[in-house]
Amino acid sequence: MGFIQAYKMAIKSILGNKGRSFLTMLGVIIGVGAVIAAVSFAQGSTKNITDSVQGMGTNLIQIMITGRNSNRNVTYSQLQKLAEENSDIISAISPTISSSVKVKVGNKTGDTTLLGTNAEYESVKNMHVQRGRFLMSFDVDYMQKVALVGTALVSEVFEGSDPLGKTIKINGQEFTVVGVLEETDNGQDQSADDTVVIPVTVAQRLTKNAVIRSFAVQAATPETVDAAMEKLNTFLTAIYKDTKTFRVFNQAQMLQTLSTVTGTMTFVLAGIAAISLIVGGIGIMNIMLVSVTERTREIGIRKAIGAKRKSILVQFLIEALVVTGIGGIMGILFGVAVVKIVAGGLKIIPEVYSIPWIVMSFVISLAIGVVFGMFPAYKAAKLNPIEALRFE
Amino acid sequence: MAAQGNIPWMKGWGERVIEISNMCKKYTMGNNVVNALNNISLSIRQHEFVAITGPSGSGKSTLMNMLGCLDTPTSGTYILDGKEVSKLNDDELAHIRNYKIGFIFQGFNLLQKLTAIENVELPLIYQGVHAKERHKKAKAALESVGLGERLDHKPSELSGGQQQRVAIARALVSAPPIILADEPTGNLDTKSGVEIMKILKELHSKGNTIILITHDNNVALQSQRIIRIQDGEVIEDREVS
Repeated sequence: MGFIQAYKMAIKSILGNKGRSFLTMLGVIIGVGAVIAAVSFAQGSTKNITDSVQGMGTNLIQIMITGRNSNRNVTYSQLQKLAEENSDIISAISPTISSSVKVKVGNKTGDTTLLGTNAEYESVKNMHVQRGRFLMSFDVDYMQKVALVGTALVSEVFEGSDPLGKTIKINGQEFTVVGVLEETDNGQDQSADDTVVIPVTVAQRLTKNAVIRSFAVQAATPETVDAAMEKLNTFLTAIYKDTKTFRVFNQAQMLQTLSTVTGTMTFVLAGIAAISLIVGGIGIMNIMLVSVTERTREIGIRKAIGAKRKSILVQFLIEALVVTGIGGIMGILFGVAVVKIVAGGLKIIPEVYSIPWIVMSFVISLAIGVVFGMFPAYKAAKLNPIEALRFE
Repeated sequence: MAAQGNIPWMKGWGERVIEISNMCKKYTMGNNVVNALNNISLSIRQHEFVAITGPSGSGKSTLMNMLGCLDTPTSGTYILDGKEVSKLNDDELAHIRNYKIGFIFQGFNLLQKLTAIENVELPLIYQGVHAKERHKKAKAALESVGLGERLDHKPSELSGGQQQRVAIARALVSAPPIILADEPTGNLDTKSGVEIMKILKELHSKGNTIILITHDNNVALQSQRIIRIQDGEVIEDREVS
């Protein structure tokens, strides 16, 4: 008996039992759909993160002071001097202080993220103003109480009115708004746009931080990033006398770390989804076993008129394969639809489709058909025709 | 064929298509061993129309399973169409059933989800016959039993007599050397039963070898030869006068 014939028989039998066939497929449909949706969401959020890291500029180097040694400390002016001496490789340095603060405008209050930095931050981090101006060096030097606000804050505490020239209270101190930052995220609460930027010197006083523990350094060109890192490492090692109290890293390294994290996330999500595929497979095995019992007489008739074990085996196996194959295709459509609705509709994460994962989940669903179809098919094939014919 | 001359009524008949000698079949039921067939020997020639009869429990069903290659004997030999089949395995038996035996069952045993012609095509599917030729042969077989107009009817849309005719067409389609009919009229009303017997007799007159298993004496009397079984033994083997 040829495979085409067995395939035709399988289709006939599946169509002859539409309701049950669909219920059998459901496990595979949900499993494959879940794998595709989970991987898409994981990869979509990865893309989100890497895009925003890449958006910071390719020349960026970060310095983090992690140790708590009060005797030795690097200061902004020391680094500033180093940058001036090595202007061929380092073009700018910005100190950064981050803190969570309470803001108040009129009687409207809110929580936001404070960033204290200097004028160079505009070019170092590619941060731009929508309206007004960025920080200037005299703001830092003369400790001007000026602030730039993010769009989330504009809608949140200024309730959409023009904040330029208005007063905002940050942890009780009054600041004048001189600029509105360009929207970089989605302008929502808790996003990157929910922020207020003030001069670093003012921030040090406001947050009672004598020591600045974080710097953003801009290398002159992408090619000088390594040389600049080398220089910074040497310089900081000389100050701290060890290499454990600080970290110098750049975006390439960050991306690498991120991709490990998100890669793991993808696998974890896909793994969870794969479990549902296996459960679907067990469902198929159950239904196929029921089907073997139900069709004992049919098997008996087929064997009596000359079907060999192999023919029966192939018939049931192909039936399982066709069920899982159709289920796999419907699962792919289902997964893509979920991604379209969730990612495309809500616009939180980009729509990403991973062809390798789609192909793989389809292949896995077929493999499930073979593996879980094998036992019922084998059981059917070795039925004794006399007993099978007597079966009512 | 030395023995041919010894039995007068066999003179001039065809080759032996079935030759069984000293066939035994034992079943174990709990602690008891049941001798379903006890040292049976018989032979059937080409173009014979034989009825095997006996009361229920006589062993005729067991004999029918042996003749139909659905089961293998505990001991003894069975030569079917020149081939020893008593020691074959499952798949070899399936092959023999496919090519050498046409089954007609009491309960018709058609596949309910397939149409008449698809049911008739089944044995050819397992022979690997090409679709076009299969269709042609199946159509011819159905026409020969008078169902040329009902090719695409499902069994549920046919009467009992018509269903049995589909089963006969299925048994005929691969032109096997023997046709084995197990109580073919058992589930039918008298009129349909008569029709089916008429078809079987027609098949016989066209040269088919037919073995009929029945407990109904009137049916058995329509054959040429009656083999009576009781307690697993042949108690009578006579020509119908």
